[in-house]
Amino acid sequence: MAAGIDIVPIYFTDRDETLRRLGGVLELDFRAGVRLRRPWFDPEGAFDPSRGQYRATSLLQMLLEDSQEDQAERVLGVTSVDLFAPVLTYVFGEAQLNGRAAVVSCHRLRAEAYGLPPDPALLFQRLHKEAVHELGHTYGLLHCPDVRCVMRASSYAEEIELKGERFCEACRALLAQRNVIPRALRSR
Amino acid sequence: MAVQRQETPISRDAGGVLVVDDEFSMRDSLVHWFEKDGYRTGSAQDAREALQRLEEEPWDAVLLDIKMPGMDGLELQRRIRDVDPSLPIIMITAFASVDSAVQALKEGAFDYVTKPIDPDELSHLVRRAVERHRLHQENLQLRQKVDQLATPTTIVGASGPMARVLELVRSVAETDSTVLIRGESGTGKELIAQTIHANSRRRYFPIVPVNCGSVPESLLESELFGHEKGAFTGAQYRRKGKLEMADGGTLFLDEVGTIGLPMQVNLLRVLETKEFTRVGGAKPVHVDFRVICATNQDLEAQVRDGTFREDLYFRLNVVTISLPPLRERRQDIPLLAHHLLKKYAQDMNRPFTGFDPAAMDLLVRYNWPGNVRELANAVERAMVVGRPPSVHPEDLPVRLNESSASQTGDSLADMERAHVGMILERTGGNVTRAAEILGIDRVTLYNKIKKYHLRS
Ligand SMILES: [Zn+2]
Ligand SMILES: [Zn+2]
Repeated sequence: MAAGIDIVPIYFTDRDETLRRLGGVLELDFRAGVRLRRPWFDPEGAFDPSRGQYRATSLLQMLLEDSQEDQAERVLGVTSVDLFAPVLTYVFGEAQLNGRAAVVSCHRLRAEAYGLPPDPALLFQRLHKEAVHELGHTYGLLHCPDVRCVMRASSYAEEIELKGERFCEACRALLAQRNVIPRALRSR
Repeated sequence: MAVQRQETPISRDAGGVLVVDDEFSMRDSLVHWFEKDGYRTGSAQDAREALQRLEEEPWDAVLLDIKMPGMDGLELQRRIRDVDPSLPIIMITAFASVDSAVQALKEGAFDYVTKPIDPDELSHLVRRAVERHRLHQENLQLRQKVDQLATPTTIVGASGPMARVLELVRSVAETDSTVLIRGESGTGKELIAQTIHANSRRRYFPIVPVNCGSVPESLLESELFGHEKGAFTGAQYRRKGKLEMADGGTLFLDEVGTIGLPMQVNLLRVLETKEFTRVGGAKPVHVDFRVICATNQDLEAQVRDGTFREDLYFRLNVVTISLPPLRERRQDIPLLAHHLLKKYAQDMNRPFTGFDPAAMDLLVRYNWPGNVRELANAVERAMVVGRPPSVHPEDLPVRLNESSASQTGDSLADMERAHVGMILERTGGNVTRAAEILGIDRVTLYNKIKKYHLRS
């Protein structure tokens, strides 16, 4: 499988510019080629009418099936709708641990979700961290106790600000050990 | 004594969480959630399977769906509590069955959550449950350890300075007074705090450690005091702080000298009134805990230059226990080293039985700036690189070999003086034994003692 990350917008209604910028920074973060491409599936199957939200694991499933014949090493869904997991009220994102697919949602990353004026820069910063975080899971990383590390778990938006957008030394070492992204992040 | 292992992220052991739910999608999403948090996870789809999993492995928390076909959650909880009443159980309920959740609480459940669960709430709830279980287990082990403290062959050491420390620990444990533990890093301050707690009347309540140096100043307030729902953007749930967790027990503030001035004011107020408000809250919360703190900094100097409040300093500095650095109790090194060797050899399944004399010599001579922790690391390393059954000098870190020469003068006489002095110190002044170790007769040794003015 060729190295590379496919970004797939799913019901993405935030600014298009956001996706292009995200692609740009992920390219640097992971030293991988990033493509933007449309989904070839109907995401509506993930909708749960009783909750008014989309089931994150269903979207992962769809992304996987959708990219079966595809060359990309990782596929990252980016959406503006609200995601959930069956027992949880919401999730910011979801990823297959040691897998290929990840999905992140902007829905609860926007300042407006907390009654504050829109702040596109803040939204981008949060989205970037969550995208790197979920991709980290696909490379087998677990949540990290280092408060500055991007793999630190954050379950509310404010917590995302506290952590950095990069992997700590320990997580970097794990990435290198697994030999998944050998050239990643070293130059930064 | 305190052998704090360096935290290695590769074998991060956050604890074991068992999920019991008859619905696959619920089990599946919970298990994935906990996996990413680094927990060891397991799942069971009914009570029978759950009881089996409980028998197979130790767990730190159980999440239990209250409604299951066959034996329901309440009945299963009773069964579990019969076997292990300390294992925290979190009930998962639907809105419709909150009444039975309350029943579960009455029967000793740790807490309950309603489906769907807020991820923030879930993470913190489970972490608290696991923490509580771990503290309980540690306190159990500690109590067993404490009984051994009195005997001279313990790991803690038998030297004069250490014996005085233990005496103080014993006498201060029963009182409720604030204790300040001072000592270089690696001297085992946390173990002393735990020992005091385990010997106090508060031992059935938790000792809650807070490492003030590792929590960013901006988070320390909410970490200690907790916060109310809506205290700041994103604080969607009320969270208990460490002060509340320590209620009834002991609060251990490590690296207390790193707390910033604004936080010092708040802390002083709590210590004086035993009352505080959560961040974003108005209602005062009353707590009852004992404070033990520790530092390796010069607090007096900090008071002088204004970075540490004098009133707080006096509040904390009621009883001081000073832990001697390892180099000031070299006579304990052989005992400690043997103890550590035995422990690591067993843990790592390496057939080591002891140190060869030259290796022991290096251990006793080295200055140990990192104290017991450094010694433990050196012994652990030797278990990996050395060849059983004995540890040889080359199995020890290079710095041990380098520094022994530079500590004394360069002449042969200087070396001899230092060496003879060290052996005498090690044998507690026993000339017969010292002569034996040095391979000379007693008369020769007496002459050397006189020549070098070694004992006055
Ligand atoms: Zn995560
Ligand atoms: Zn990390």
